[in-house]
Amino acid sequence: MRLLAVDSSPFGMFDYFRQHQDEVLNWLGYHAWLSAVPVVVGLLVALPLGWLAHRYRWAYPPLVTAAGLLYTIPSIALFVSIPSIIGTQILDPINVAVALTVYTVALLVRVVADGLGAVSADVAQAATAMGLTRRQRLLKVELPLAVPVIAAGVRVAVVANVSLVAVAGTIGVPNLGQLFTTGFQLSVGSPYYPPITLGIVLCVLLALAFDLFVVGATWLATPWRRAVSGS
Amino acid sequence: MVSAPVSGRKGGRGLVIRFESVSKKYPDGTVAVDRLDLVAPSGAITVLVGPSGCGKTTSLRMINRMIEPTDGRIWLDDRDTATVPTHQLRRGIGYVIQHAGLFPHRTVLDNITTVPELLGHDRKRARRRALELMERVGLPPHFAKRYPAQLSGGQQQRVGVARALAADPPVMLMDEPFSAVDPVVRAQLQNEFLNLQGELGKTIVFVTHDIDEAIKLGDQVAVLQVGGRLAQLAPPAELLSEPADTFVAGFVGRDRGYRALGFAGAGRLPVRQEQVIALGAASGEARDAAEGGWVLVTDAAQRPQGWLRAEADADPPPSTPAEPVTEAQLNLGGTLASENATLREALDAALSSPSGRGVIVDDSGRLLGTVTASEVLARIEQQRAAGERSTQGGES
Amino acid sequence: MIQWLNDPGNWTAPGGILDQLRAHLQYSIIALVIAVALALPVGLLIGHTGRGRWLVTVANAMRALPVVGLLILLYVMLAPHIHGKGDTVYLLPTEIVLVLLAIPPILAGTVSGVENVAPDVRDAAAAMGMRGSQVVRRVELPNALPLVFSGLRSATLQVIATATVAAYLGLGGLGRFVYDGQASQNYAERNAGAVLVALLAVAADLVLALAQRYTVSRGVSGRFPRGRTSEAADGPGGGDLRGEGGGAADGPPVTAETPPSPHTA
Repeated sequence: MRLLAVDSSPFGMFDYFRQHQDEVLNWLGYHAWLSAVPVVVGLLVALPLGWLAHRYRWAYPPLVTAAGLLYTIPSIALFVSIPSIIGTQILDPINVAVALTVYTVALLVRVVADGLGAVSADVAQAATAMGLTRRQRLLKVELPLAVPVIAAGVRVAVVANVSLVAVAGTIGVPNLGQLFTTGFQLSVGSPYYPPITLGIVLCVLLALAFDLFVVGATWLATPWRRAVSGS
Repeated sequence: MVSAPVSGRKGGRGLVIRFESVSKKYPDGTVAVDRLDLVAPSGAITVLVGPSGCGKTTSLRMINRMIEPTDGRIWLDDRDTATVPTHQLRRGIGYVIQHAGLFPHRTVLDNITTVPELLGHDRKRARRRALELMERVGLPPHFAKRYPAQLSGGQQQRVGVARALAADPPVMLMDEPFSAVDPVVRAQLQNEFLNLQGELGKTIVFVTHDIDEAIKLGDQVAVLQVGGRLAQLAPPAELLSEPADTFVAGFVGRDRGYRALGFAGAGRLPVRQEQVIALGAASGEARDAAEGGWVLVTDAAQRPQGWLRAEADADPPPSTPAEPVTEAQLNLGGTLASENATLREALDAALSSPSGRGVIVDDSGRLLGTVTASEVLARIEQQRAAGERSTQGGES
Repeated sequence: MIQWLNDPGNWTAPGGILDQLRAHLQYSIIALVIAVALALPVGLLIGHTGRGRWLVTVANAMRALPVVGLLILLYVMLAPHIHGKGDTVYLLPTEIVLVLLAIPPILAGTVSGVENVAPDVRDAAAAMGMRGSQVVRRVELPNALPLVFSGLRSATLQVIATATVAAYLGLGGLGRFVYDGQASQNYAERNAGAVLVALLAVAADLVLALAQRYTVSRGVSGRFPRGRTSEAADGPGGGDLRGEGGGAADGPPVTAETPPSPHTA
């Protein structure tokens, strides 16, 4: 049974939300999950790959070029072809998660490599001169100093993912994107805005929340930057 | 105080730059330049020097109106710069800055022809002139097609100078042009710059924080102090011998007395004959000729090669009297002074010599004789006495 | 899928691959031309004057908008007011979304490109008597080109990818095969559509990489013939020159100030 808000203007979205609360919250949960998990997994994969590209000169061109090529594949193409690659059902949310992980890795490999590379040579040499091993230097000096650059990449990835998950909604994967298809289908004849505007607002709020989370985490992880910008 | 006005060089083709009570105050109340009166004479190098924050760069940049004065006027000959459209004014003033500021996307040749191009000059002629200029500043012609990123810092700076000269402007502004290169290249660039200026006779205003550079390059030096006040304007020698106040004295530095000797010719010093032996002579000869344990060794053409220690307990142990004197045994510590050296060079020759006797040579490097530090000091005293007499005579 | 692609009928039929390819390119190029015409001059102006930087922030914030939602919203809004013939009712909202999508990367690339021009280079340009417009055209734009291209290239990828989603509304383009194949369970057609979009995106990126190579001065890109820098002995310049860069990955370094562009569709 589908109850429809009487108000078909954009502001009808509040009524629409109340009437479809369970369904919308369910989609919101899926959406958040599908946006966030690929970023976490992608970052975990991209860190060692980016380090490899940074550490070994020869590894940089192939890794970064491969990442760049992966990035050119349109998401819709990836969403529909992943099932035939990993043997899942076409509407399985896993497809979306895998596709978005691929993008996140593609985006972050280069960011990590360049972020590590941007640590000033003086600092890196000073660390070596003080007797830090290569591993200590990476974990205690280079990685922390590269955090702001990597975080900028993560922000871009997570915000983009929120928008990309909605694309998967157009082929039927359950998430906030379904609000758009619903609105589209209900707008035959005259416009019916509530689900569309509700979807946009929720997507933007979700993106904003993720973005703030990453900004906050970066702020906590880089106390030396706080000391400067606070003065 | 003797205020010797510096006159333009003979054949100078520059304009006169005149600051008339020029001030620069910022809205927050900072005074960068405070009622500056200054004349940069035609064809001469005027150096602005001072600690950071003294307004030297601000003063320079007000000449081509990269910064607009809040008060006062700046004249180029009889033209008030404020009445000339800025782009027109700037195209007539060469400008060289610290890191050269070359356009990374244009070749060396295209960089040099920028202003002639802006002025709509004939392309072919501009290129020909650019190649000439490259040769003049010491860049081989095959550099024309290179990009700035392919050049070293010193080479970039040479291109920067050539670019500033391309449209043959009568006035050149130089803002710490040589401070970003290493000391050896800097000294080389400075010397070449002086030679070039000797040929061109531009009116040059040169900013530096390095008092040594100021003294080396300036026909006159303006010392500015924080707050943009002119502390002293004088030729370098006068700046060293008669600093106007404690600030200038402090800024000019502790060993200014010694450095001032660099501006005074030693005149004909009373050189003494020195017993010498030739390179390759038997070591036994050295002991006979030595004076104070040291003997000067020359080559066949009487050119000094170094000092030989000739004492019995010498280290390395003395060779047997028959063995020849080799180059490896020589002490090369002493500097040489030429017969028309400055007092500074003569004194340095004496002080740096292991025997205490400074070696004086003629223009072709042949030994004339030696002189001791006390003899040079006597000459300094003598000249000071003579100088005081002439100053008193002049003022009475 | 290979079979589907090998069938010449699927290529030449009305509404076949060639038609949809042309349509896809057409939507993309229109959007990119409009976006460049808007974002490039505005970006140059912001970079040159240092004013209006908030516009970049606003443009970047727009990236948080879900593209599909925006597309459907615009369609639903505009549809009742468009009574023209043909595809206009789909085309207009699609182009608006594509332009909105392409503007942020081009704008951000141009602004940071101009801002990255060394201050002493700009200073020298002004001091040599260039007017503001001459500084922009002769110095700032040529030096900003690598970052402008980097922005244009990621805009192009996003536009081509997003033009696929336009088929959801009912517009043509390669997305037709994806959505039609999905609806009719013709997975060969669907996958072929996906591969074609990816190929088109890679091809477009290669064309732009080539264009970049021929328009960006070697002095800026650092592509110098090997062995000719060795004479630069007493300073930097020879040491950190990049060699030949590889295709899609050849862009400026990523910094916190110029984050990479996201994928949006």
